[in-house]
Amino acid sequence: MSNENGFEPLIIGFTCNWCSYRAADLAGISRVKYPPNVRLIRLMCSGRLDPLFVLKAFAGGADGVLISGCHPGECHYLEQNYKTLRRVALLRNMLTQFGIEPQRVKLLWASAAEGVRFAEEVSKMVEEVRALGPLNWSQIAGAPEPTDEELTPPDLAPPPSSQSQPVMEAVS
Amino acid sequence: MSEKPKLAMYWASSCGGCEIVTLGIGENLLLVDEVFDLAFFPCIADFKVADVKGYPDGYIDVCLFNGAIRNSENEEMAKLLRQKSKILVAFGSCAYEGCIPALSNLTSREATLRTVFLESPTVDNPEGVLPQPRHQVEEGVLELPYFYHTVRSLDQVVDVDYYIPGCPPEPHQIWAVLQVVVAALTEGAPLPPKGSVVGAGDVAVCEECPLEKHEKTVARFYRPYQVRPEPGLCLLEQGIVCMGPSTRSGCGARCPQVGMGCRGCYGPLPGVEDQGARSLTALASVLDVAGKPGDDEQELEQQVEQAVATIVDPAGTFYRFSMAHSLLRRAKTNGAQKEVVS
Repeated sequence: MSNENGFEPLIIGFTCNWCSYRAADLAGISRVKYPPNVRLIRLMCSGRLDPLFVLKAFAGGADGVLISGCHPGECHYLEQNYKTLRRVALLRNMLTQFGIEPQRVKLLWASAAEGVRFAEEVSKMVEEVRALGPLNWSQIAGAPEPTDEELTPPDLAPPPSSQSQPVMEAVS
Repeated sequence: MSEKPKLAMYWASSCGGCEIVTLGIGENLLLVDEVFDLAFFPCIADFKVADVKGYPDGYIDVCLFNGAIRNSENEEMAKLLRQKSKILVAFGSCAYEGCIPALSNLTSREATLRTVFLESPTVDNPEGVLPQPRHQVEEGVLELPYFYHTVRSLDQVVDVDYYIPGCPPEPHQIWAVLQVVVAALTEGAPLPPKGSVVGAGDVAVCEECPLEKHEKTVARFYRPYQVRPEPGLCLLEQGIVCMGPSTRSGCGARCPQVGMGCRGCYGPLPGVEDQGARSLTALASVLDVAGKPGDDEQELEQQVEQAVATIVDPAGTFYRFSMAHSLLRRAKTNGAQKEVVS
């Protein structure tokens, strides 16, 4: 399990009750090997996926989110997976603005018969996210502002003798 | 006369619109003056911070605090006014949930300073002078507030009693809230439970909006300059981005009525944790892109990507007023990822 740099991505996976969860089940029953980095959460339909779930996963420390549902046209609830597709596409655009790479959100269509494919795609995603590195969102959102002591330079420069304005270094 | 309750209003990182709209309650101001003594109100009266520091704790009965927490001075004033006030109200969208100042959470402190002091076309700063928190002169050390990396809402810095949403809040809503406070102070009427959002409704803006609504399906979205809205018809149905479905009512749906989609300034609906996620869901659901069983999946995904790309700035659109209160709170701006949209 352990990797050279010791980083094991944590991926939260959302699967639908009717296809993709059964694909994951089939992968298990068939003894297909794939990395154990994905924690699956079963929804009745991928259309149940509120984008909030994805944000919460990232804010709570996930490195990637897998969203999995029936193939388009095969949704148990007629067309909800089309809505999922739209939401995830829009969500990916938005997350890019937050600095979250689009590869961290994967949409995977898997029918109940596609256990092997499910395992393959999960393995692929784990490697992609591993290559991106840890996200550690709590450190990004909760980064402390400098304290009063940190703001005081150890030695304040003496006042300039000439009338010219003090020249400050530009931040890089 | 010193028996009158004390009122304060302070601006942190804000535009001053909240003060203007408070004065917009019109002749009711005379009633406010009759009931309250002003204890601190830098916009309209000459008080010094030293005056506030001299007050005993809890001296101010009601403090209307507007503006986000952008720098160390904002934070210091928030803590001071919390200490000196019995009731601290986060007044307006900035104090409530970050508002426009918090949009800079999509970029970094360095990038903001660079834009403002070095790169903006109107800047004349050949020596690259940037604000420094401390500077030594002959008379001693001069201090400037430190500019923070992340903008926060008031309740992320101090304990807040009530929230009044809006950018700015509507005058009639401000007056309604003041009446409740006055009744509580003079007649002992009960105050709403702590932490309440006051001066607003409990339903979506759409409920207040008189535009005619049908089933909503659009093939793409338009920016305001790209299309002339048809009067009397729901803007969302015309493909104009409108946050009405995911925004709290209370404003009277003033923007949609003049053809401008709701921007979302009254904040999330009760019980909603993240307004942006709600807005995203609402808009993506309206988008009806062709797709039939048997279509090529990749082609379908391309069509959808083209359609969602018509929402040009999703983070800025969905979190225009609620970035500080969002689940993610800010963008990741260090490291190798590409520069975020400005």
